[in-house]
Amino acid sequence: MKKIASMITLLMLVALAVSACGTPAQPTAAPVATEAPATEAPAAATEAPAATPFRVAVVMPSAINDLAFSQSMYDALIRVQTEMGGPDKFDFVYSDNMFVVDDAAAAIRDYASQGFDLIIAHGSQYGSSLQEIAPDFPKTSFAWGTTVDTFGEPNIFAYEAASQEGGYVNGVMAASLTKSDVIGVVGPIETGDAKLYVDGFKAGVAATNPNVTVNVNYIGSFSDVALASEAATTHISAGADVLTGTAQMVVGAIGKAKDSNVLWFGTQSNQTSLAPSIVVANQVYHWEGVLKQMISKIQAGTLGGESFTINLQNGGEVMEFNPDYAIPADVKALADTTIKGISDGTITITLP
Amino acid sequence: MISELFTVTVLIGILSSGVRLATPYLYAAIGETFGQRSGVLNLGVEGQMLLGAFAAFYVAMNTGNLWLGVLAAMFVGALMGLAMAFVTVNLQAQQGISGIGFYLFGLGMSDLLFQKLMGTVHTVEGFPKIAIPILSKIPGLGEILFDQNILVYGAFLLVLLAGFVLNKTNLGLMIRSVGENPDAADSLGVSVARVRYFTIILGGTLSGVAGASLSIALLNVFQQNMTSGLGFIAVALVYFGAWRPLGVLGGALLFSLVNSLQLWIQVLGIPIPSEIAVMMPYVLTILVLVVTVSRVRSPSALTKPFGREE
Repeated sequence: MKKIASMITLLMLVALAVSACGTPAQPTAAPVATEAPATEAPAAATEAPAATPFRVAVVMPSAINDLAFSQSMYDALIRVQTEMGGPDKFDFVYSDNMFVVDDAAAAIRDYASQGFDLIIAHGSQYGSSLQEIAPDFPKTSFAWGTTVDTFGEPNIFAYEAASQEGGYVNGVMAASLTKSDVIGVVGPIETGDAKLYVDGFKAGVAATNPNVTVNVNYIGSFSDVALASEAATTHISAGADVLTGTAQMVVGAIGKAKDSNVLWFGTQSNQTSLAPSIVVANQVYHWEGVLKQMISKIQAGTLGGESFTINLQNGGEVMEFNPDYAIPADVKALADTTIKGISDGTITITLP
Repeated sequence: MISELFTVTVLIGILSSGVRLATPYLYAAIGETFGQRSGVLNLGVEGQMLLGAFAAFYVAMNTGNLWLGVLAAMFVGALMGLAMAFVTVNLQAQQGISGIGFYLFGLGMSDLLFQKLMGTVHTVEGFPKIAIPILSKIPGLGEILFDQNILVYGAFLLVLLAGFVLNKTNLGLMIRSVGENPDAADSLGVSVARVRYFTIILGGTLSGVAGASLSIALLNVFQQNMTSGLGFIAVALVYFGAWRPLGVLGGALLFSLVNSLQLWIQVLGIPIPSEIAVMMPYVLTILVLVVTVSRVRSPSALTKPFGREE
């Protein structure tokens, strides 16, 4: 019996290790870094083999394929890697699903002691951990998003998305496309990036057609797919024929929108693949511009102290339209004018 | 504003949402009720649900057969139950800790399989709504109760069936006796181990179905950690329901109805901060627990491993 018991203990440990791979297991579990897949072999492996790659580690709250916040960063890292010439020039590792902040903090500290050139804490909830850790590693550069706060530390970069801009564009289109004059929004928690997006969306709707009602529902969770789905059903019962939403749990809402054949506007990543028949457009985050700026600063010796914002004007936010959805020409034209107006400053978005 | 809550559309909306939201809780909590009535606390429900949800989704996506998906979820849940039974019955491990272990295993394993086999979020065509002839035409009630998908109906039938089995059958008597006084049951020739194996595997199977009801009937997607604490609420509902299937039904409905009520409160623009609205179901659950739990007694042998003293 003893033998079996110890075998079971061993099995449990393996189970813990497995769960640590994908998701944080326990506050004490060491984060397991997942090596990013090499996108392609560098074309000219012969030139300058001596140079060590620029090494980045990133900690993210949800999965790299969440079709939302974390995926936007992962996709950007892949693009930067391709552009810089593959893993020999730019190497990155990541820990995803770090929704427990203590685990994330452990991972950040671990990466810092491993000597990465840049460590990205991709989640506003990681701020206080970073504030504690960064001063212990003055030679390492950290980046924190989404925020504008660098804590006055010389080795912290801050980055954020002006998500209200794409929200505004989505709102303009939504107000033009709704027939019932009711639009539903499924949000996670009323703060940060989500609040910016929702407020921008409401402003866009109000500017286009003040008679349209925008019902907003914050479900209090970034992961409760079931509640997000039921929130969408509630909006549809309340008469909404256009929906939008932000954060990774909206996949539940998109499914409901598809079943009920109501339109969907996405944000953070391109969500078209989930429901090609009803997704109109997505605001997609392209962090690569910000990443490249940070990298060149670090290579020039500046480790932080600056904050960056992606927006429509600097190409960090891109409106991606669903080619399979036949958007009326006048609505598309209105969207294009709006994007242009926001970019050149003729449209200003007033947030509450 | 508040008066808008009492229109027919809104009331029907709240009630039919509540019925749908209650479905996964019912499968998981009824399964857990069997386990706890026989003296085993299984905290791994959430993990069993996640693996069940994944298995159902993956099989349904690849075969196009939803029932095969449900079977896969049941099979995976049963396997998890079997392992849990071995650990708690044969090895007499501490139930709370091993349950958490199984939860973490399910969480990590479903995530790993999702990453390796699917890569990104997909959707399937889930179980369609089935309007029951005649009954679905009853004004109000028809839309709330008789225009849902098959797994929703199944959950409510399961409650009645479970109540019957636990209270009116020989099997139910054995389960209850093993949970109340395993020594006495043992001396009367009831195999405590066998009964507990049965209830834990049954619980796992039903948790698997609970997961399937999410991934291929209600949401039709799979995402990492998609149950997001549902399994733990289900365990709480068993206490809430005082270890009786009908009590569990009441608890699940109450929790779900308040949850759908808060969704509507926000949609109607009733000026309650969203943070407060979101808290409502939990606050209410705690309040009811405080009021009821003092009155009922848990199965005497709950969480106590059984071993003959020889």
